[in-house]
Amino acid sequence: MARSIDQDLARFKEIVRGKVRQQLRKYISNGEMIGRKGRELVSIPVPNIDIPHFRHGPKGSGGAGQGDGEIGQPIGKGDGDEDGPGKAGDQPGGHVREVEVTLDELADMLGKELELPNIIPKGKDTLSADKDKYNSIHHSGPESLRHFKRTYKNALRRMIASQDYNPLKPVIIPTREDQLYRGSKSVSVPRANAAIIYMMDVSGSMTDDQKEIVRTESFWIDTWLQSQYDGIHTRYIIHDAAAREVDEDTFYHTRESGGTRISSAYEVAWKIISTEYPVADWNIYCFQFSDGDNWGEDNKACVRMLSEDLIPHCNLFCYGQVESPYGSGDYLRELRKIGNKFENLVLSEIPNKDAIYNSIKTFLGKGK
Amino acid sequence: MSLSTHRPLPTELADVQDQMEEHAKNYGLDFFRTIFEVLDYEELSMFAAYGGFPTRYPHWRYGAQYDELMKGYSYGLQKIYEMVINTDPCYAYLLSCNSLTDQKLVIAHVYGHCDFFKNNAWFAHTNRKMLDQMANHAARIRRYIDRVGHEKVEEFIDACLSLEDLIDMHAPHIQRTASRNKTLVPKELKSGTAEAGSNDEAAGAEFNEEEPHATKFETKNYLDPFINPRAAMKAEEEELRHKAEESRSRKSFPEEPQRDVLQFLLEHAPLQPWQHDVLSIIRDEAYYFAPQGQTKIMNEGWASFWHSTIMTHHGVTDADIIDYADHHSGTMATSKNRLNPYKLGIELLKDIEDRWNKGKFGAEWDDCDDAKAKMKWDRQLGLGRAKIFEVRRIHNDVTFIDNFLTPEFCVRQNLFQYRFNSETDYYEIASREFAAIKQQLLDSLTNHGRPFIYVVDGNYRNRGELFLTHRYQGVELKQDYARDTLVNLEKLWGRPVHIETMVDEKSTIISYDGLHHESKVKSAA
Repeated sequence: MARSIDQDLARFKEIVRGKVRQQLRKYISNGEMIGRKGRELVSIPVPNIDIPHFRHGPKGSGGAGQGDGEIGQPIGKGDGDEDGPGKAGDQPGGHVREVEVTLDELADMLGKELELPNIIPKGKDTLSADKDKYNSIHHSGPESLRHFKRTYKNALRRMIASQDYNPLKPVIIPTREDQLYRGSKSVSVPRANAAIIYMMDVSGSMTDDQKEIVRTESFWIDTWLQSQYDGIHTRYIIHDAAAREVDEDTFYHTRESGGTRISSAYEVAWKIISTEYPVADWNIYCFQFSDGDNWGEDNKACVRMLSEDLIPHCNLFCYGQVESPYGSGDYLRELRKIGNKFENLVLSEIPNKDAIYNSIKTFLGKGK
Repeated sequence: MSLSTHRPLPTELADVQDQMEEHAKNYGLDFFRTIFEVLDYEELSMFAAYGGFPTRYPHWRYGAQYDELMKGYSYGLQKIYEMVINTDPCYAYLLSCNSLTDQKLVIAHVYGHCDFFKNNAWFAHTNRKMLDQMANHAARIRRYIDRVGHEKVEEFIDACLSLEDLIDMHAPHIQRTASRNKTLVPKELKSGTAEAGSNDEAAGAEFNEEEPHATKFETKNYLDPFINPRAAMKAEEEELRHKAEESRSRKSFPEEPQRDVLQFLLEHAPLQPWQHDVLSIIRDEAYYFAPQGQTKIMNEGWASFWHSTIMTHHGVTDADIIDYADHHSGTMATSKNRLNPYKLGIELLKDIEDRWNKGKFGAEWDDCDDAKAKMKWDRQLGLGRAKIFEVRRIHNDVTFIDNFLTPEFCVRQNLFQYRFNSETDYYEIASREFAAIKQQLLDSLTNHGRPFIYVVDGNYRNRGELFLTHRYQGVELKQDYARDTLVNLEKLWGRPVHIETMVDEKSTIISYDGLHHESKVKSAA
């Protein structure tokens, strides 16, 4: 029997895809971050998937609840679509629907939207990892893995059946036969690994707007690369005249002043790559963001380091130049000179937020 | 008639059904023949997505609902055990992987629902052959899809669904004013008389209607000048004529604000025949589902009351008891920001039974101030069972709460009222006072807690624009939703649409003319 629900579901997914696609574009260009829930789930609000009705807003609204609590105690956040009690029944639907999309699905959509080719990773068989999955129940096992609830339920059931249970004095004593334990199983998963190295210019000429662009773009780059590799290492380097490695938070929030010497960042990057990520096993991605305002004499050193060390060892070296009110943008011109020599050097100009979309496409469109 | 790939009920379930039916009948429950089918979770989700009617017209929102149910189930967040629809015979669907204990409970629960559907007054006017009706609707909509295209029909359905709750919940039960009937009837009436070939009569009747007549009481001739004084008659006639003239010159309609916006649109919006039919289908289905929304607490409470009574007295064995207790307490779980209708319903019914058993009602009880005496009160009346049967016959959620919620009950159930605090952006516990809780409950149950919207004028500013009003009761409309709804309304009406409502405590008219939104604070005049 062909089921009509499958058609309705397909139709719905089509619409969501369409909606999410438009939204996705909007997210990319508006730089709104999408919250990661737990490790995998992201929830994207899809505004118009819910059919609008005349509804009460939260202001002045309320409801009745049940339970303990003092007057004034908060019980829930506003701006939810709390309709209040008693609504549950008449028809399915009728509440704002958040379409939950996993990062994988999101990356998939991103890939389709930007027509990104899948990456063929190198060194995919060299590393593998064992993963323990706790998904079975056994009658024996270590105490630390005892399934408390099931054990006691078992005991209670036995005691009631054998009339040992006294509701007035509810004591439950599990015996040996009642005990249940969680059991694990090892699964071996082959892994392909990738290292992403972000470099950003934090000299005085980079403003908050530009950092926002970098932040948004790197979120989508992360999302995409994570869908392509099992294990991802992400490293962050900031530089002005000198460079240092920092954590993610610092990377996005540091503001320094001073001059710019890009070669300093390259030095740090090369040190990380050469010591920690052997090229045979790792897929290495470098993303550099700057306003292109380098100290003139430094350019030569930079080009040399790029062509001799970094580019030959990376899957991809991407340079994104954000437009700044102060920067001259010379550096991009410098790199264009050697751009033809290397297939895996990608250059992109990002004058504003709307350009992020195309920039991602340029960066990741090569399938490397 | 079988709805799915039909499987006969496994014998052990058929036995359970026979037992439970027997118990239910012995307790005085009265239901249509009930047909159980066992479905796997995919099928049950599908049925649930369609609101119980797998024969419904194609629309993506069923797919959305299905997706949500399936995801909820596969992530282990939720599970539907059973589903039952209001038809004759009653169809009930059981989840195949339920344990036998669950099936017993669920079957007993279903008989509670079936009894409620059949006997509760608010369901009296629902179509018990809705399965056929829904299939008929689906066939019609599929025909339109073939004729004018999927996209077009879907877009129109979306627009209609945006307005689907703008119906007059009480309309099936009462006759609205004569004037409304007149607007309802003419099409049929006129075609009827035309067929009979008595055009003149119809014209004559119309003429008579136009000419105002003062009330004339029948009397003997010589008394006439006293019973029907000429001067008074004349004055009345004058007044009537004046009124008629006024209404003719006013050019606006309807005369009274109309709750059933969908009906108004059906009568007056410039819809193509297929659009007219689609809208009427959506209106029909909205009216069919309305009583289920009106009686959620009672219906679930009643079904839970009976599964609990039947199971604890007859159904449960030692082996079952834990699973039963687990399942029952899961169903009755309470939460701070949402009242569980199952819990509230069953507790209130139990409370009523207890009160009427012990005679805790009436003037004597109300006047008693002695807390100790009240605690020990027992007149041994034994009227409880009869009372709750009466309650299930005549009440809906609003009247149920209004009549039977007591201060003692609120304390015992730990109920409170919460309100939105716009300063902290949180819902906060506002009060544990009986009056406040009751008022809050009634507010959120009346009209499902949705705003009251009326059509005021279908010829606003004498330009054929549609003017709605929101009867403000302390809660403002959700602005973005209201705007989007207006967009959909404009699609149906074809001319600019307006709604008068409160925005930031000021009376405001929000308008949409097909291109732009506009909101104007209404001047004091």
